[in-house]
Amino acid sequence: MGKGLIGKKLGMTQVFKDDGTLVPVTVIQAGPNVVVQKKTEETDGYNALQLGFEDKKEFRTNKPLKGHFKRAGVSPKKHLVEFRDFPEDLKEGDEITVDIFAEGELVDVTGTSKGKGFAGTIKRHNFARGPMSHGSKSHRIPGSIGAVNAARVFKGQKMAGRMGNERVTVQNLEIVKIDKEKNLILVKGAVPGVRNSIVYIKEAVKA
Amino acid sequence: MSEIIKEIEKLQLRDDIPDFRPGDTLRIMVKIVEGGKERLQAFEGIVISRQGTGVRETFTIRKVSHGVGVERIFPVHSPRIAEYKVLARGDVRRAKLYYLRQRRGKAARVKTKREVRNQNDN
Repeated sequence: MGKGLIGKKLGMTQVFKDDGTLVPVTVIQAGPNVVVQKKTEETDGYNALQLGFEDKKEFRTNKPLKGHFKRAGVSPKKHLVEFRDFPEDLKEGDEITVDIFAEGELVDVTGTSKGKGFAGTIKRHNFARGPMSHGSKSHRIPGSIGAVNAARVFKGQKMAGRMGNERVTVQNLEIVKIDKEKNLILVKGAVPGVRNSIVYIKEAVKA
Repeated sequence: MSEIIKEIEKLQLRDDIPDFRPGDTLRIMVKIVEGGKERLQAFEGIVISRQGTGVRETFTIRKVSHGVGVERIFPVHSPRIAEYKVLARGDVRRAKLYYLRQRRGKAARVKTKREVRNQNDN
């Protein structure tokens, strides 16, 4: 694990790098986040920081959560996420900004992918299509789902069904640019999810 | 599109781009890094297409070099283009001049426009 931020995907565009190459980027409004709770080995069994992002109205916060925010001395937040083993030493109520990341660093971005609805096996599992002509009628059918002597279908058999709207992480995205004033992070390439959805930016596991 | 993204794109737009259209003959100076050294290389040809808006806008420029057609696509706002020079205005009736690829020699020319185009008429 390590350092991370909660952010909001704003959309994609392209920017010119210093060497003149045009790169596709996703703009993420990252923070500012606040530390809502600090978990330690002694009290909780592990080290972590719980971060909050985006203010929420007081009357929309229930009483137990109000107490939770009051303890940290912060206003109620819409999104709470825990990051384990945060490298920086911070107290509850501290603000975290995009400063923890640097340009050129690799990050993993987690989001909720766009829902695709009920999708067939070609779209959902990259199955091959059957012939479209020469008398063939097996255009987009899934094909065999198992042997006859098994007398059942094995668990995990890839079939048609709901696709998307699930947690997806894209690894090793390069940070192209950071705007400290507006708290923006521009990462190279696409990030899961619709515009204005919440994404988690973490330092790359495999970097 | 979000206002923030519009702003990011606006920052990268160049304001020294002359008005040019498909059919125009252009000479551009392209920055090339060669063996750690940067130099300028000219590329002169006919603009055969222009597409996209904002930072994503690109143009295709075509020339015939030693009998071989060469086409290059550049982002209009690319910092790698040091200089634009419009050499001639073309008199053409379409936005994409892909038909020039099929033609060779004299047939592959574009008529030049006679009258000076009004600067405000864009």
